[in-house]
Amino acid sequence: MLEISNLHASVGDRPILKGIDLSIKAGEVHAIMGPNGSGKSTLSYILAGREGYTVTGGSVTYQGEDLLALPPERRAALGVFLAFQYPVEIPGVSNSTFLKTALNAVRRQRGEAELDAMQFLKLARTKCKQLGMTDEMLKRSVNVGFSGGEKKRNDILQMALLDPRLTILDETDSGLDIDALRIVADGVNSLRGPERAMLVITHYQRLLSYIVPDHVHVLAFGRIQRSGGKELALELEARGYAEFGVNEAA
Amino acid sequence: MTWLDTLRSHGRTRFAELGLPKTRQEAWRFTSLAALERTPFRPADAASAGVAIDALPSVTASHRLVFVNGCFRAALSSAGALAEGAFAGSLADALVSHPALLEAHLGTLADDASHGPLALNTAHLTDGAVLYVPKGVRLEAPVELVLIGAGGTEPLAWHPRLLVVMAAGAEATLIEHHLSRGDGAPTFANGVSELFLDTGARLNHYKVQRENAAAFHLATVNGRLEREACYEGFLLSLGARLSRNEVRLVLAGTGAEARLSGAYLVRGEQLCDTTTVIDHARPGGASRQLFKGVIDEKGHGVFQGKVLVRPDAQKTDAHQLSRALLLSDDARIDAKPELEIHADDVKCSHGATAGDLDDDALFYLRARGIDLDGARALLIGAYVGEAIAEISSEPVREAFEGLASAWLRAGS
Repeated sequence: MLEISNLHASVGDRPILKGIDLSIKAGEVHAIMGPNGSGKSTLSYILAGREGYTVTGGSVTYQGEDLLALPPERRAALGVFLAFQYPVEIPGVSNSTFLKTALNAVRRQRGEAELDAMQFLKLARTKCKQLGMTDEMLKRSVNVGFSGGEKKRNDILQMALLDPRLTILDETDSGLDIDALRIVADGVNSLRGPERAMLVITHYQRLLSYIVPDHVHVLAFGRIQRSGGKELALELEARGYAEFGVNEAA
Repeated sequence: MTWLDTLRSHGRTRFAELGLPKTRQEAWRFTSLAALERTPFRPADAASAGVAIDALPSVTASHRLVFVNGCFRAALSSAGALAEGAFAGSLADALVSHPALLEAHLGTLADDASHGPLALNTAHLTDGAVLYVPKGVRLEAPVELVLIGAGGTEPLAWHPRLLVVMAAGAEATLIEHHLSRGDGAPTFANGVSELFLDTGARLNHYKVQRENAAAFHLATVNGRLEREACYEGFLLSLGARLSRNEVRLVLAGTGAEARLSGAYLVRGEQLCDTTTVIDHARPGGASRQLFKGVIDEKGHGVFQGKVLVRPDAQKTDAHQLSRALLLSDDARIDAKPELEIHADDVKCSHGATAGDLDDDALFYLRARGIDLDGARALLIGAYVGEAIAEISSEPVREAFEGLASAWLRAGS
């Protein structure tokens, strides 16, 4: 589904990614773990198509297409979904307007019929309920005045509505208490399936107890230093990133 | 010579002395009328005002007065039945039916001693609209003025006058809809309004201006609020090559309240100037102003807002905020907020900001499948919506939101 090959990228003049190779098949859940500054968020933003990053080498192929050539909205329509580390607040745009506009934009690009207001509301309410969100959160401005947990749940709600093929979770556990973490993880797990893949980016092992990966990769200094099974996450939890030359205490 | 002839003659004399304002005058330093002055305008006559009008826009279905090139068109209007004693009609009709009311008010609030366009309006004072609401009467439906500019083969000017007299405790909603019929040679609408709000009166006054790209639009509004009177005004400016709304409100009675807000959306080489003076003359008054501008391409926004708190106006609560969204490198905003406070026990704030769209928000929307144009429209709509939310009338709010989104769609 996703083939990242020798990917190099910079922010300004500063190289951040220095040759990433990663292959994700449908049905798999991969975790990328790494210390701060290792390039984790850069990788997620590049996959989602954020401006401000320069790809200096390598390629990313998604379902046979050159992902890097596509604008972010096209990637979303093709099923790439980035759950943000910091979901953005948008004053003046109601959550339901935002969700309906996004859902219909994606459906239009996928050649599916758009939903009218009633159909949308019914769907959104069902999904809200599953995620323990109130209808009232649909009326409020996007993420404005939401707690950290509510923002993350709102992102997962978007994910549930947009029905992605490849989900990238960028530090989804940051700022979540254990109850919120469980709700978010349940929402993510409910979308696991043979036709979907996930890339879970995290600093800590904690999230991976709830979203159990098939493969774990350690990212440091802009490269994948080591890959393994889910036990690698526990190993990192116990021993830290020191063996990769990272001194996190500094 | 009648009182009206005297008034006009005075206007002519004043305008001969003053002429049109120049940018060397502080109040006009950002808005040049040079292009207006260079255009050989002549007064619109009955023939030019008699053109066929095929489609009439309406913000609400209500009492509607239609003017073409400043002349009242009775056949296109539908005054409807108003409450007992109230009047909504043309100035010419009011001169016949309410001569004493007009003589007592016209020209008494609009000070032409230092204002060229105002003096010019007075010099040409012939037609316009009058709204009178007697003591304690509340008009249920809005009164809507539709002012259509019909450009011809040569540049035409007209000078409509609006007089609103709200007796004690009277309530009304007045909507002004300014637009052009097709294109044509440049037009110049030079309106002057005088608004009288007696004790406890309330006027909701909403204006949308969407004239064509050859139009010059000047509007000078003078309002006087007596004790506990309340004025709610909103200015939505979408059209014209050059437009200026100059609003001067005197809070002359204790506890008067003025809420004056607006949104302007300009692109191409449009200039939109909003100039306000809120004069707190008596204690316990409140004023609130929120103006938001969306400026694209080579558009130019001007905001000059002055809040004056006189020595007697203790316990005044005055707030003013001007914000501008600059969507291109050539977009320009000149903002001059001014507070002049002569009382010591007051709450006053003002501010002016300018910025562009939030990149984080744009990316967030695009990452959810909304294309760049759609994401921009959503964010700009929300930005403008915050100002439009100041309108307390729901149908007007919805109508203005619709007009603003049509403007946004037209540009993408």
